[in-house]
Formats: sequence, structure tokens, C-alpha cells
Amino acid sequence: MWKRFRTNIGAMIGVGILLAVILIALCAPLIYPHGPWQMVQRPFLPPMSVDGLPLGTDTLGRNVAAQLAYGAQVSLLVGLVSTIVALLIGVPLGAVAGFYGNWVDEGAMRFTEFFQTIPNFALAIVLVAIFEPSLASITLAIAIVSWPPVARLVRAEVMSVRKREFVDAARLAGLSRPKILMTQVLPNTVSPIIVMASLMVATAILLESSLSFLGLGDPNAMSWGYMIGAARTVIRTSWWLSFFPGIAIVLTVLALNLIGEGLNDALNPHLSRKGRA
Amino acid sequence: MRYLKATTILVAAALAAPAFAQDSGGRLDIVVQPEPPGLMLGLVQNGPTQMVAGDIYESLLRYNTDLEPQPSLAKSWEISDDGLVYTFHLNEGVKWHDGAPFTAADVVFSADVFLRETHARLRASLAYVDTIEAPDANTVVFTLKEPFGPFINAFETGTMPIVPKHIYEGTDFANNPANATPIGTGPFKFDKWEKGSYIHLVKNEDYYVDGLPHLDEVFYRVIPDAAARAVAFETGEVDVLPGGSVENWDIPRLAGMDNVCTTGKGWEFFAPHAWMWLNNREGPTADKRFRQAVMYAMNREFMKDVVWNGYGKVATGPVSSRTNFYSDDVTIYNHDPAKAKALLAEMGYDGTPVRLLPLPYGETWQRWAEAVRQNLTEVGIKVDIDSTDVAGWNEKTANWDYDMAFTYLYQYGDPALGVSRNYTADRIKKGSPWNNVEGYNNPELDAKWANAATLVKPEDRMALYTEIQKEIVDDVAVAWMQELEFPTIYRCNVQDLVTTGIGINDGPRNAWIKK
Repeated sequence: MWKRFRTNIGAMIGVGILLAVILIALCAPLIYPHGPWQMVQRPFLPPMSVDGLPLGTDTLGRNVAAQLAYGAQVSLLVGLVSTIVALLIGVPLGAVAGFYGNWVDEGAMRFTEFFQTIPNFALAIVLVAIFEPSLASITLAIAIVSWPPVARLVRAEVMSVRKREFVDAARLAGLSRPKILMTQVLPNTVSPIIVMASLMVATAILLESSLSFLGLGDPNAMSWGYMIGAARTVIRTSWWLSFFPGIAIVLTVLALNLIGEGLNDALNPHLSRKGRA
Repeated sequence: MRYLKATTILVAAALAAPAFAQDSGGRLDIVVQPEPPGLMLGLVQNGPTQMVAGDIYESLLRYNTDLEPQPSLAKSWEISDDGLVYTFHLNEGVKWHDGAPFTAADVVFSADVFLRETHARLRASLAYVDTIEAPDANTVVFTLKEPFGPFINAFETGTMPIVPKHIYEGTDFANNPANATPIGTGPFKFDKWEKGSYIHLVKNEDYYVDGLPHLDEVFYRVIPDAAARAVAFETGEVDVLPGGSVENWDIPRLAGMDNVCTTGKGWEFFAPHAWMWLNNREGPTADKRFRQAVMYAMNREFMKDVVWNGYGKVATGPVSSRTNFYSDDVTIYNHDPAKAKALLAEMGYDGTPVRLLPLPYGETWQRWAEAVRQNLTEVGIKVDIDSTDVAGWNEKTANWDYDMAFTYLYQYGDPALGVSRNYTADRIKKGSPWNNVEGYNNPELDAKWANAATLVKPEDRMALYTEIQKEIVDDVAVAWMQELEFPTIYRCNVQDLVTTGIGINDGPRNAWIKK
């Protein structure tokens, strides 16, 4: 599988970018020990105009490069944690629904549909507004709006796998139903979940940025969306304030999408070949 | 000698010029933001209403930028030596816009009947008034129960607009159909209000001051988006951007255009004063040393320069330097992180985080809170910014659920009108974000505040207010931040636009356009 993944140039570029972003996020406190909020110079300094401030300063004279680095932390953290939470909700629900069928399936799917009928972003805004913006509430809100597709995907996979012969064999061997689900069925649905998860991280980063842009970000955490939102009013005079965080979001989301694509090709070779023909 | 002579003539010509060179005619387009809810100034007194209706309605007095009273409907006035009797002599031959004559009966009706019912802020001042009488058609006498120093400041247009008795007497004021077509005595008459677009006022040909107004018409333009307002000014669609109509960082760009002037004047009567409430009841902010440390930790000069683009002035205490009875004889809190740290160490601050509530009025206020947090973080205070909307801000400050919270309020020219309300114990009351929200309780100062309001002689009042300011600044009842300045941006050929302490509100009366 790794072999197949490795030959996918796009995916490898994605991995490269993502590793770089992770590295920057991890090193942020080392490079900029004073944090992203410190006012270091005159405000509105263009990029490269003063030594040590390659990306210039923002409306309060804060270092844009430091903000970007700390913003990477927030984006990656929110993306990762919210995806994990969404998986923790979606996978069990989908698995149980698909495996047991009947009224369990009916109940679980109606519940899922209830969430699917509300537009994602609108629901996220409402949730964050109710809980008051903080990293925890934003992460939770993103998780709550992103789990339904996971549940539906897992349910479909489980339904197809549970009819296979090896499941019947396991049942004949005397394994209990929960045990069959956990040890026989679920492991066979992992690959589509992984592909989906990588794309979900990208979506979560976009959602977090959009929320911050609208002023619903955690006011105590520097994030890329916040940077763009704050720079919106000065876009005509200080392009760099919205340009660099914008590029950062584009690159990170692109990287995650490339990786997702690569994983998809690597894990489902049949599908991908069919798709390309 | 010849040279001298020539200069003298030039100077003389320059001095004389304004007297005869005031061109008449033309129209002025002013941005109004947001659209006012109504124009009947006796019923509605929010900012946009005051701005538009200040041309339609008038009051007994106007105030120059030093807040000295000037004639308006009253041509002269006397105050008795005991400070109890205010006698106003009205201009003669004044007519309402519908042609009916204006008399002293209108003044008595407005102050004693109409505004007592509709105007909460004036009602507080009228509580000191015993009787309002009109001995003849051109004289009005206010007799007070006890002296009330700031009373002379109560005759401003937004505070005591004179409304027509013949239209309102005996009617349901709030639902009178005439509210839609306001009738005043002012230099401009109401013509048309295209909702969501503009309000059109036309020259009052019968105005009682000869030669005024110079302008033929005034359009108040409603443009809901700040960026669109800036563009409208750039393209020449509007001539005047009143304070607060565009974002702070747009101001230098607009001010740098050809033929564009700016002025910070015209806010003296309101003197918007910004501070942070510091909860005096609980948490670290209950300790005076902590509050002093906050003052020393902040680089307020930097915040003024960067957050407010240099507009305004760092506040020294509760009274704005533009308000009467301001004293600078107080402890000055310069940016001194070392002193802040020493104070924190002395009180044994244990790193308890404090919550900071910004004012949800847009980018500037958010940046301001971030700058404060950074300054406080640098001296070791842990600050979490709460995020909230306008409703949430009102609710949290009114119910004392905060540690530090930004706010700003108007001062109305006198500490007894716009300052003491935030510091005396009788104003500690849950449910309002405009009273003594911080919970500062100093009975000794309460007595001085009360006393200073009722003294007759300005010198005596000044002495008391000086003592009060000194002590309260040492106590740091709240963290005074800045005297806000909202510059007015206008085309330079618009002359004499801002000549009073309320600026644009009654500016078009004297304004003229140089051809």
C-alpha cells in the first residue's frame, strides 16, 4: 500500500506540505517565545521592509510570521481533534445501525438525517454562538456538524461486509454479535474511513477559519481565519495581512486533499483505476 | 515702510474677508449613520436623530466649543446671585415652520409638560426646578428649589428642544401624526424622508437671524456600509462624514485627498470618555493595588496612536479635559511595567486569571482589548478575553458578571450630569450598564459629589471637583483609557461647519459653501 501511495506524486507533495506545517506549528513557541500577540514594531509594516519581520506587521504592529506559526497550531489542533470527535460519534452509530439493522437502523438514521437536513455552517454558527466562542466549543461544534456523513459511510460499509461469508463463519464459530462487529466487520471498513477522515480535517480547518473570520473564533487563540477577518477592513491598504493567512489555508487544505486522494488510490486500487479509465 | 503698509492692508483685508464673503446657496450632503428611528427630537434623542433634527428644532441656548452658552431662541439671559432664578429673554418675530408665532408659552409647554413626560435625561435636571413661568410673551423664568450648577448646560437642542405647543397640547405625544413631519423653529425645514435613502431639508426663508442659513438645502444620506460610505465620500457623492462614519484606518487615506479637511472639534458637549470597568467587588480587581498595577501596565499612549490612529487623548481621570471642572492635579499613570510588577508582588497576586470584556462595536474595540491583554500579560497578569455581542455585553455589565469591561459614555458638559453617575453609591444598582457598574463605594466622596452639584459659585465647585478627582484617581475606581475623538471629515470649501460643542448637530445653520 505504501508503495502505491509513494508513487503518487500529488500525495507526496501533500505530505511534504503537511509535514512542513506541522513542523512550523511545533516550533512556533521556540522561534517566537513571546507569542503571537506581542506588539513588536510599528503597525502596517509591509513584508521585507524591516529585518526580522519577513511578512510585515498587522494593525497593532504584531509580527505576521509569528501569527501564522501560532495559527498553524490552532488550525491543525481544531482540525484533528474535531475529526477524532466526529469519528467517535459517527463510527459507532453507523456501525451499530448497519450491523443490527431493523429498528436500530431506522432510529439511528432518522437521528442522523435530523442533523443532515440543517446546513452545516449555519448549525456550527448557532452552536458556537450558544456556547460562547472558545477552542473547545468551536471544536465541538465542528465535530457535531461533521459526523453524519461518517455514520452513513460506516453504515453502508458495515451492511455490505456483514453479508460476507467470513462473518457467517465467525458466527458459526460461536462469536457473539458485538464481538463479530468489533473484530471481524469494523476492521474491514477502516480504509474508506481513513480516506474520509483526511478530507474531514481539511473541511474542519476551513470551518474553523470561516467561524473566526466572522468573529466567532476563540478571542484568546490566534488563528488564520481571525487574521483574515481582522484584515478585511484594511485589505485595500495592507494586502499582506489577508494574503499570507489565505495562502496558508489554501496550502494546508490542498495538502490534506492530495493526501486523501492518494490514500484513496492506495487503499482502493480497483476503484481508482475504474475512475480514471 | 511701504512694505509694512502693504502688509497692514493685506491683514486688514484678510480679517474683513469672512464678513462679506459668505457665499449663499448650494446644497450639502451629509452621511447619517445609522438611519434615525424618527425625527421628533422631543421623543427620540439618539445620535442620528439629534444630528438631523438639530437643524429643525432649536433650544434656548447653543454652546461654543468651550461650552460657553450662546444665544439661540433666547437672545439674552440672567441668573440670580443665589443661583435659583434663570430668566431668559426670547428673540422676537420667531415663527414656527407652519407660520404660527413662537412665544414663551411654547417654552413653558415644552419644558414643563412635553419633555417632563418624554425625556428621561432632562427629567433628572428638571427635578431641581420648582416652577417654569412666562411673565410675558418673550420672557421665560425657571425657578429652582435649590441651586444646581450644571443647569445652565441643560438648554442644548438635544437636551431641551422646544416643541410647538399649538400642535402637541392635549394630544397623545408619541402617536401625534405630526411626528412624521416635524415642525420646529430651526434654520431648515423638513421636506422629505425617503426611507433607506435620504432625508431632505430645505432652507427656512423666514429664519429670524438675518442672512442665515446660507445653504439652500441639506441632504442626510443613509448608507449602511462603512466601506460604501468611504467610497461615497471619495467619489464626491457626499460632502461630510460625521465622526464615526468610517473605520479609523480609512481616515488618513480620506484626509489625505485633495480639498479634504478634518476636525476633531464639535464633540465637546458630549466628550465621549472611554474606560474599563474594574469590578471593585470581587476577584483581583477588588484590590486597589491591582487596579493601580493595571494602570501602570498599560501603554495607553501607544494604544491611542495605534488603535485610534492618534485621534483622542489619554484620559487622566473621570472627567474629560473637554468637560467643565476638569483638573489635571492627579496622579498620572505612565507606562511603567516595573511599578506594576512591584504592586502586584506587594499584593501577592497569585496569577488568578481575569476576564476582559471588549465593547462589541467593531474592529477598533476588539484590537483595543487585545492590546490591553498584551500589556497586562507582560507584567504577569493572566487575561482571557470574553467574546460577546451587544446584548451579551449589556447583560454582563448590567449584572456585574465581569472582571474588566470596556465602555464609553457622554459627559454632557458637567460632572454632575455625566460623571458622578458612575461613581456614587446611590447609583449602584443591578440592571443598568450606565450607572456605578464597578461598585465603587466611598461615602466621603459621595457627599462631595452631592455638594459640588448644588454649589452656586463655579470656584467652589471647582475646588470640590479637584479634591474628588485627586482621590478617585488614586483609588482607580475604573481604568480610564481615553478621551475619544471622532474626527469629522469634510470638503474644505464647506466653511464654518463645526462651530459649536455639538458639531454637526447644529452645524448647517452657519455653514456655507465657498464658490
